[in-house]
Amino acid sequence: MHDINLGAIDYAILLVYVAAVLGIGFALRRYMKSSRDFLITGRTIPTWVTGLAFISANLGALELVGMAASGAKYGIATSHFYWVGAIPAMVFLAVFMMPFYYGSKARSVPEYLKMRFDERVRALNSISFAVMTLLASGISMNALAKLLNQLLGWNYNVSLWICSVVVMVYVLKGGLTSAIYTEVLQFFMIVLGFAPVVYLGLKDVGGWGKMTESLQQVAANPAALNLGTNATYNANAWTSAWEPLLAGPEKNPMGVDWFAMVFGLGFVLSFGYWCTNFLVVQRAMAAKNMTAARNTPLVAAVPKMLFPALVIVPGMIAVALMSNPQKGYRIPPPPLDQSVYVKAEAAVKSAAGQPAEAAFQQVAQVVGKKMDPAKVAALVKEHAAQPLAMPVFKQRLDDAITEYDYDGVIISLVKRYCPTGLLGLALTALLASFMSGMAGNVTAFNTVWTYDLYQAYIAKDKSDDHYLWMGRAVTVVGVLLSIGTAYFARLYNNAMDVIQLVFGFVNAPLFATFLLGMFWARATGTGAFLGLLGGTATSALFHALTIAKNNTPGLKGGYLGVLHTFPSEMAQNFWLATFAFTACFVLTLVISLLTKRTKTDEELKGLVYSLTPKIKDEEQPFYMRPAVIGVVLLAACVVLNIIFK
Amino acid sequence: MGLDIRWPIGLMFLVVGLLMLVAGFTVPQEQLQRSLNININLIWGVGLLIFGGLMTFFAWLGSRKNGSNPPA
Repeated sequence: MHDINLGAIDYAILLVYVAAVLGIGFALRRYMKSSRDFLITGRTIPTWVTGLAFISANLGALELVGMAASGAKYGIATSHFYWVGAIPAMVFLAVFMMPFYYGSKARSVPEYLKMRFDERVRALNSISFAVMTLLASGISMNALAKLLNQLLGWNYNVSLWICSVVVMVYVLKGGLTSAIYTEVLQFFMIVLGFAPVVYLGLKDVGGWGKMTESLQQVAANPAALNLGTNATYNANAWTSAWEPLLAGPEKNPMGVDWFAMVFGLGFVLSFGYWCTNFLVVQRAMAAKNMTAARNTPLVAAVPKMLFPALVIVPGMIAVALMSNPQKGYRIPPPPLDQSVYVKAEAAVKSAAGQPAEAAFQQVAQVVGKKMDPAKVAALVKEHAAQPLAMPVFKQRLDDAITEYDYDGVIISLVKRYCPTGLLGLALTALLASFMSGMAGNVTAFNTVWTYDLYQAYIAKDKSDDHYLWMGRAVTVVGVLLSIGTAYFARLYNNAMDVIQLVFGFVNAPLFATFLLGMFWARATGTGAFLGLLGGTATSALFHALTIAKNNTPGLKGGYLGVLHTFPSEMAQNFWLATFAFTACFVLTLVISLLTKRTKTDEELKGLVYSLTPKIKDEEQPFYMRPAVIGVVLLAACVVLNIIFK
Repeated sequence: MGLDIRWPIGLMFLVVGLLMLVAGFTVPQEQLQRSLNININLIWGVGLLIFGGLMTFFAWLGSRKNGSNPPA
């Protein structure tokens, strides 16, 4: 991939954006008087602002990059992560769970757990959340800086540090409020920056109808584009969300059955993320009153429902483009190190004169990727006749690789379609998504650290000024630790895979604890604590005993023996979540019944559904009632699922 | 909080829209082959100006209602 040059106007757009987010931080500086102002806002923010911030914090760079990648790999079925894996959980959060988070006056999700259960559950949740948030932030920073480096030729260190410092400055100045405000600005930047790219892409492939036709041809013979060797997909594998899924795991590129999709993703993982993750819930808790807090996830659900058009369609466009050789497009190959190119050049040179098969083996082995024999043979021949210059050689070698780096889809489309001007806007949108995700992580981390760890266990009775100071200090520390994690992730990819695996184990059972806690007064602290630990242990054990097809035992599972083989890693993940949730649910239930209650009904008022007076929505006009809006949203979601079935 | 977020959003998109317009008039034709020979900068620049203008207008309406001033 050759680099692309930004014009003066592109840089100007980028600078205007940076000036705007920093300006917001500085404008809010004078309102930061107490630790509450800084860490949880004064709770005066209107619904549309918290709602868009809620969705923007979730729309980090990895979401954007990753969903486009999935769009290319799985087509429209990726929308399950939205219409099954997000909207129902967001509605549930709004209608049933926000009353407890907001009404309990807890400052964070772990603090709610302390009020509802006990210190042990809070400690477990806040420590795992704090660590995960930081590491997740670092992992995503590394991924983006790497992409910018590979596809645009930007310096890794410069992109990493500049973005981080901008985020650090505006969070330091304006705290959570400035994170939320900038997230709204970033939301519009992301949408308005990528919309024209998607439009141009769709126009290029001949519109929606032409695109689906091309994708059906791809599905008929995915091996032609090296999109997996399984040639038995349904013809609509990329263009229908439900029919290939219902046809069975071997008929859709995700390799997932419908039960794992609906229960594992749609219930366990989705509710576990949207309803318990402080990163998003924090935005709703900053709303100005109970109704605003409950409507926050509902406001967020509207753009979330429409995002597939912005983030999944680019992936589908990329595959459709690739299926038409005249377009001269391919999804970028996995990047190679400079040293590999040098070695490959030597290998190509010495392969000349050898029999074709041996020559191919020799080159492919040095490159370490799957390659196209015909293209390698042509390259060997040409390079022997007249040595190619290194840049040309690199391009030709890249072109001969038949593996794809799906994460490169978005940036490759930006490069393809954007002239100076739009280029600046689209890249600013990408950086905006990066910053919104990072600011979300940083603000959630500094609150949980300051209130749930520092104030709870390290320094109990300090002045509020002290906690405000701590909130600021830990913002800096959090950003620096994220940067450190990014460098660590760059060096040790495998270590990061293990860490992410462990997070999966911790997260999978979480929703069972909240569900029983909020809706069953009899659930006890001991039950919740041991249930969570048991659920996590179950996921680890499940992972150790199962594996996905084509994977070798080890990091990908099955290292204690293989009891079951799943058709894909995604199926393995969804089933893991299902098992972990069930184990946590049953354990919490049984242990709660065996242990004594430590909290009286009076203490649980406002924390448990049956002991909390119902909120009277009747004072609200009917169209403002969360339950009504929720039903409308769910109905819209069903309609979307039917349209794209 | 004392800041109406519509001000910074509106003003930023007004400036970005203007920059896109400038690009619309200055970017050479051969670069526009990328955007399928559509002068996307010009079209989208106008779009962003309209969006920024609306945001600023509503912020101004809001400030008249609440008597709060735009950020200095």
